[in-house]
Amino acid sequence: MLDIIDVVPVYTAETEGIPWNEAIVEVNHLKKYYTVRKRVIDKILTKKQKYVRAVDDISFVIRKGETFGLVGESGCGKSTLGRCVLRLESLTAGDVKVFGQNIHPLSDKKLKNFRKQAQVVFQNPYSSLPPHKTLGNMLKEVVAYHKTAERDMLKEYCRDLLDRVGLSETLYTRRPRALSGGQRQRAAIARALATEPKFVVLDEPVTALDVSVQAQILNLLVELQKERDLTYLFIAHDLSVIRHVSDTVGVMYLGKLVELAPSKELFEKRLHPYTKLLMSSSPLLSEVYEIDRVELTGEVPSPIDLPAGCRFHTRCPFASSSCRQKEPELIAVNNGHFVSCFLATQ
Amino acid sequence: MANLLEIENLRTYFEENGSIVRAVDGVDLSVSETEVVGLVGESGSGKTTVANSLLRILPEAGKIVAGRMIFKAINIRELSEKEMQSKIRGTEISMIFQDPQVSLNPLFTVGEQITSVLKLHQHIGRKEARAKAINLFRKVEVSDPESRFRSYPHELSGGMIQRVTIAMAMSCQPSLIIADEPTTALDVTIQNQVLNEFKNLISEIGVSVLWITHDLGVIKRVCDYVNVMYAGTLMEQGAVETVFENPLHPYTHGLLGSNPIQYRPKSKIPTVIGELREIPLQGCKFYPRCPIRNEDCLQETINLREVNENHRIRCIRAEDAEALLRSRNHDLQGAC
Repeated sequence: MLDIIDVVPVYTAETEGIPWNEAIVEVNHLKKYYTVRKRVIDKILTKKQKYVRAVDDISFVIRKGETFGLVGESGCGKSTLGRCVLRLESLTAGDVKVFGQNIHPLSDKKLKNFRKQAQVVFQNPYSSLPPHKTLGNMLKEVVAYHKTAERDMLKEYCRDLLDRVGLSETLYTRRPRALSGGQRQRAAIARALATEPKFVVLDEPVTALDVSVQAQILNLLVELQKERDLTYLFIAHDLSVIRHVSDTVGVMYLGKLVELAPSKELFEKRLHPYTKLLMSSSPLLSEVYEIDRVELTGEVPSPIDLPAGCRFHTRCPFASSSCRQKEPELIAVNNGHFVSCFLATQ
Repeated sequence: MANLLEIENLRTYFEENGSIVRAVDGVDLSVSETEVVGLVGESGSGKTTVANSLLRILPEAGKIVAGRMIFKAINIRELSEKEMQSKIRGTEISMIFQDPQVSLNPLFTVGEQITSVLKLHQHIGRKEARAKAINLFRKVEVSDPESRFRSYPHELSGGMIQRVTIAMAMSCQPSLIIADEPTTALDVTIQNQVLNEFKNLISEIGVSVLWITHDLGVIKRVCDYVNVMYAGTLMEQGAVETVFENPLHPYTHGLLGSNPIQYRPKSKIPTVIGELREIPLQGCKFYPRCPIRNEDCLQETINLREVNENHRIRCIRAEDAEALLRSRNHDLQGAC
C-alpha cells in the first residue's frame, strides 16, 4: 500500500506552497445546495427541508497558465462548480478567490472588472449566442463595454478576433443561424476572448460537436492558451478530451472531488475505483493505460438522498463495511495526488 | 450467409423551400442473418434518413426517389402502408431511438406501452402479454421488473429507460433491429453497461442489427461490418477489423485520427479541415475537405469499388495517396 506523506485534508494554495500570485483560482470548502420544493403533504407533516447537494465541500487551486480539468458524469455538479467560480451562482458555504480576491461578495465596479478578467464558453453554441445579432455586432458590443480596444479600432479589432479563431471575414455580418456547429463554437470562443480575459471556464466546449470538428476546436483552445497565457477550467465528461488538455485533473462524483492529481499521474497511477471505472468505460483509454475492466452494478444514487458513508459505495465493487459507515476524506498520497478512498489510502 | 436485407442505390430527397436536399444519395448496403452492421457518420450525413426510409417513416417533405430495399425477398418500397404496418414495422423490423424520453409516451406506464405492442402484433391476451413483458424486462436486466412495469417513463433513469426500449424492440422477435444511436444519450459508465448487455443479448437471440452511430469506438466494439457515410453516400465499407486496421478512404482516416487519445497531451491533433457544409454537385462529395484531392476528383461520378475482398471505397486517389497519408500521420505523431 501507498505511504501517506502527509495528512492534508484539503488542497489549498497554502498547503501546496503556491505563491499568492501563482494561484489564479482558490476554492475553499465550497458548498452549493439547492432547496427541494416541499410537497403540501410534507409541509403538513413538517418534514425536514431537503437539499440537492450539487457541490459539497470542495477545495482546489488553479495555478496560473494551467488547465484544470474537471471530469464526472452528468449531474455530479461539475457545471455548478464552474458557475460558482464565475459568480453565476451564489454560494451556500465556503469561499472562492479569483486573482486573490474574494468574489462573493464583490462591489459593482469590481464585478465589472472581474467579468472582464474571467470569461466562459458554454456547451451548446446553438443557445449561447444571441440569435438576432450579427457576429460583428455581438463582438463590438462586448469590446466597447469593456473598452478592450480604442473606439476607432473597434471594427478592425473584431475582425482580427474572428480571424484568430478561424472564421473568415465574410461571416462578420452573418447571424448565428447561418453558421455550422463548429463555427458557432468558434464565435463563442471569440466572444470570450473579446474582453482579453486571463481565466476562462470552458463548460463542455466540444461535447456538442462532431469528432472531426472536436479536434479542430481542441487544437484552437490549446493554441490560444499558449499564445495568450490563459488559465482554463475545462469541464468535460470525456476523459480522452480531459487527458489531452489538462495539467491537473479533478474527478467529481456526486458533488465531491474523489481524486485530484497532475494529469499524467492521474492517468498512470489512478487510485480511486471511480476513476478506474470511468477510464475502463472507454475502450481506447483502457487499451492505452492497460486497465482491467471494472464491472459494476447499480445506478447513480439521487443527490438528494445521498447514501451514508462513501458516496460511491453503492456502485463500488470493493466496498467494505467501513465504506458504508464513514465518509472518506480527500487525502494526499503523493505529491499533489489526492484521493478520497479508504482502500487507496490504507 | 444469406442476405436478410439488401439496399440498392437508395436515394431519399427532401424538398425544402423549393430546393432539393439530397439527404441519402445512392446508398448500397446489406445485412446478413445474425450480423451486426454499423453505419457511422457525422451529424447531417443522412444515416438516420436511411433508417427512416427503411421503415418508411419519413417526414412529409422526404421522398424515396430511387432504389430498392429488399427485405426477405420483398421490396419494402413497393409495400402499401397497410402492409408496412401489419407485416414490417415492429414485427419484422423494429427500431430503437436515441432519446427514449422522447420515443416513449409520457402518459402511459412502460408496462402498458410494451403490452400494447405485444397485444397488437402477437394477438395475445392481457395477462399473457404482461407475463411476457416482465420476462423481457428481466432479460434486459431491468432491476425489479414487476414494479418497473407500473412506472411512467419519467420515473426511470436514462439507463433503465433505454433498457425498456430495447425490451420493446425485442418484444415481437423481429429479424432486424435498427438501433439509432441507442447509447449516445447515456453517461459513459451507464453506456458501457447497456452496450455490453445489449451486445450479449444480440448474440444470444441471434437477431440482425443495423447499428447507427457517430461513435467509431462503439462500432469497433459491437459490429462485424462497418459502413462509413458522408454527405448521403457511403465512402468506405468493409469488415470492422479491416477498416479499422487499414482505412483507405481519407475521410475514414481523418475520423480515426482525430481521437485525441492517440497523441501527446496538448499537441496538435491532425484534423479533417472544415465541416460537412458545401457538397459539390459533381464528383467526390468529400472534395472540399480532402487532404489528397486533385482535379480528377471533380471530373466524374465516383463509384464504390472493391479494393480488397470485402473492402470497398469511393475514392480514386486512395492508392496514390496512401503513402502520403501514412507519412503525414507518422510525422505528426513523431513531432508531438
